[in-house]
Amino acid sequence: MKQFIIGMALTLTCFSYSQTCTFTFLGELSDFHDGTLISSATIHIKEIDKYVVSDFDGKFKIENLCSGTITLTISHVGCETKTVSYQLDNDMFKKIYLEHHLEELNEVTVSTNLKTESTSIEQSINKSVIENYSDKSLGDALNSLSGVSSLNTGNTIVKPMIHGLHSSRLLIINNNVRMYDQEWGDEHAPNIDINSSGKVVVVKGANTLRYGSDAIGGLILVQPQRYAAVDSLFGSSMLSLNSNGFGGNINSEIIKTYKSGFYGRLQASYKKFGDFKAPDYYLTNSGLKNLNASARIGYRSFEKGFDAYYSVVDNEIGILQSSHIGNVGDLVAAINRTEPRVIDDFSYNIDYPKQNILHHLAKIEAYKRFKNLGKLTVQYDLQINRRKEFDLRRGDLSDTPVIDLRLFTNALQSNLHMDFIEGLKLDIGALVRFQQNDAVSGTGVSPLIPDFKKFEASIYTIGNYNLNASSKINAGVRYDYSRIEADKRYNLTDWNETYNYDELFPEFETNTIENTSILTNPEFTYHNISANLGYSKQFESDLSVFANYGLATRVPNPSELFSDGLHHSAARIETGLLTLYKERAHKFAASIERNNEDFGFSISPYFKYIKDYMQLIPVGITTTIRGAFPVWEYNQINAQILGVDIDVTKKITNRLNYVGNLSLLRGQNLSDDIPLIHMPATNLTNSISYYNDELNQLTMRLIHKTVLQQKRYPDYNFYTYEPILQEDVYVDISSTTPAYSLFSFNSSMSFKAFKTGSLKLEFNVENIFNTNYRNNLNRLRYYADELGRNFNIKIKINY
Amino acid sequence: MKNIKSVKTIKLLALLLVTSIAFVSCSSDDDDHDDHDHEEELITTVTYELINGTDIVTLVYQDLDGEGGADGNTTVSGPLTANTVYSATIELLNETENPAEDITEEVEAEGDEHEFFYTSSISDVTITKLDEDSDGNPVGIVTTFVTGDAGSGSLTIELIHEPTKPNDGTSASAGGSTDVDVTFPIEVQ
Repeated sequence: MKQFIIGMALTLTCFSYSQTCTFTFLGELSDFHDGTLISSATIHIKEIDKYVVSDFDGKFKIENLCSGTITLTISHVGCETKTVSYQLDNDMFKKIYLEHHLEELNEVTVSTNLKTESTSIEQSINKSVIENYSDKSLGDALNSLSGVSSLNTGNTIVKPMIHGLHSSRLLIINNNVRMYDQEWGDEHAPNIDINSSGKVVVVKGANTLRYGSDAIGGLILVQPQRYAAVDSLFGSSMLSLNSNGFGGNINSEIIKTYKSGFYGRLQASYKKFGDFKAPDYYLTNSGLKNLNASARIGYRSFEKGFDAYYSVVDNEIGILQSSHIGNVGDLVAAINRTEPRVIDDFSYNIDYPKQNILHHLAKIEAYKRFKNLGKLTVQYDLQINRRKEFDLRRGDLSDTPVIDLRLFTNALQSNLHMDFIEGLKLDIGALVRFQQNDAVSGTGVSPLIPDFKKFEASIYTIGNYNLNASSKINAGVRYDYSRIEADKRYNLTDWNETYNYDELFPEFETNTIENTSILTNPEFTYHNISANLGYSKQFESDLSVFANYGLATRVPNPSELFSDGLHHSAARIETGLLTLYKERAHKFAASIERNNEDFGFSISPYFKYIKDYMQLIPVGITTTIRGAFPVWEYNQINAQILGVDIDVTKKITNRLNYVGNLSLLRGQNLSDDIPLIHMPATNLTNSISYYNDELNQLTMRLIHKTVLQQKRYPDYNFYTYEPILQEDVYVDISSTTPAYSLFSFNSSMSFKAFKTGSLKLEFNVENIFNTNYRNNLNRLRYYADELGRNFNIKIKINY
Repeated sequence: MKNIKSVKTIKLLALLLVTSIAFVSCSSDDDDHDDHDHEEELITTVTYELINGTDIVTLVYQDLDGEGGADGNTTVSGPLTANTVYSATIELLNETENPAEDITEEVEAEGDEHEFFYTSSISDVTITKLDEDSDGNPVGIVTTFVTGDAGSGSLTIELIHEPTKPNDGTSASAGGSTDVDVTFPIEVQ
């Protein structure tokens, strides 16, 4: 409309000064990237409503123009339509650049099927799926994808796992920022509010070099929603209520966009749950409180733009009270008990043990496109993570956390995306990162992770080449330098005798020895090379084939190097080792995919060989004043993981759809020829959905999920002497939980509530049959059952 | 118009930079790289002292460097006398502090959240808890220890945090988490 008025005004201006209509405008059209001249483009001259076409040399000529403004709208097949205007008071020659790459345009359209790289093996979940999980976590949402499982601590701490690998072997990239939130810990879930994201992509194949060298498991990309450059103000609010936990989530977002390319978004969500309920009892102290907010402003045009983002996540998560145990005797008692030790009535109180985590993330990114070269992006980001873990303690210390860590990370990175050569896209990037961990004093225990500083620098180059119209090849290489400098106190006996560090690392010793501890300054430097190779071919029958190879290298994380001490709720003493060195993985993945509405599928086999795989396993028993504890130590073995992920979609009728997936995985410790610890069991999901557009977009879906028992597990069970019974008792920590099947139901309807908005209602049931089950990949599986039935209502208003 | 935009952009960038600097400086205000934490909750020493006039028997478990490091030591000063009533008290210390910190006081103050359990493999031995918490349930810092006929075996002392109270007198029925679990060889003669 505005355009029209302006156009009219200009036309009028043109008419009123139409005495001198003798000017000539000469134009030349060329491609922005490689300067190719663009012929047979249509040019519409708004002021006189005339069309001309560019000639073979990309030139066009408009004669007999009046003085004043001239507005040209240039369109061409495969190009973005471009409108330019010039002030004309003489004859004029202008070079006009057009954007000739369709793929580049796709970057700005919101598409769920678009891959991050054309050769990549990946899966994604879009905004509507994310909304289904608005009161759950990132890990829960990703669990719905084949090949993705999770390592849980209770039901609120959910760590995503790809092909059986998690924590430091998975990169989580939130808004193009690599998350550093003490992600090494099994019970440290990613601090991401799923409501702030527009799309989540899981990259299983090898195209991860741009983000890091250590994505042995894979990569999770949490991406923001993109908005069209129009003048608009819109938003949505969603309320979700649950019967299990008597809680829910409220999320609101408001977005302002301008035609000029500026945009802004504000989002906030609040989540609160009380004690959750297993089918037969309340899970005392399993509630949570969670406050998140994010803000984004930016400007985007074809040539340049910037994006600034800030998010804060504040989590308070209760941990099942029954999981607080002392020594191995308590663990045996817990394993033998069928119900948790503490069962109280429902409460919203979050008592000890609990976790409090505050995570700030801020970034600013800017890009500019250069003619005949490409797009240069520069980004600075920083993160501050404060993690406090509270335990049941005595006296003055009862309100003091046992773990209090503050991790500060900031990074500067740049990427040059070059596309001036036909068929070839080349990315060159560099990154520097500095990280500082502060084990905040005052906890009254020696810190699990010491103070350390970490420096990183990386360079990479990735090329994508179109072999022909249907096949593409991708290759990349990356080099990483990293250096870690820590200050850690060791028990003198451990330093000198148990681990023999005084002979292995005399250079780390300082002369500070207090009582029984020695202050040391461990320093390690690593050089890593990683690489990948990818190939994709598209066949005419909607069929595509992908193949990836990746070489990934991971250096030991701080917990693998330094952790030292008692881990409550696991009743084990965990010991890191300074002697660990980096692990290296060869990853092969392939995928055959059919993208068809009637019958689509993807079959993705993979194979990983991981040399010097670091794992934490029980190695023996130590007796302390608190009694006996198993000691878990890190060691390195050669491992192999192979499996296949299968996804099928089938249109039964116009309104009925079937979606199913199956994940098979087999992990083997090759060094000891036994199964690998903590590998997900075979699982399959079936769902049938009904959709009727005419009936207020009624959607109904019945979902079935079966997780089989993991029969292949390493037997680390042991005997411990129980002084009271005066006999050895068997500690069964390895046996896996039985198979289970769960059913759930989703339904939703949309209504046109008011002029520019809509109302969406959802009703969902989880665990319909209130099945008792335990999940083998839940660290609290010894103590309590998983959640029972839950009724959920969601109300979403778009405005 | 274009100029105004770029000025705006620059201003925004500047603002963001300032904010980020503010963040960075905030984050370093409570830096504490010089000092470190002592194990404040640590119990290094358990002393159970049994007294009957001049007949004093002391059972000590001591692990001065805490968990990890060197193993703890158990010392028993001598045999107990048969058919004797001993008055007994337990003391928990953290000897890494100077002076040593008396953890028993904390346990006493939070008696309702703690309980000692004494279990002997010698069937003739009876141990009775004399003290009570605010709810009238036993705590077990002060006990009487009555020996029967001669015999030898062991005595296990446990301190349970957050036990079920009241319970049937065994640590198994009390649940909770174990703060102390030490076993002494004892002889009654």
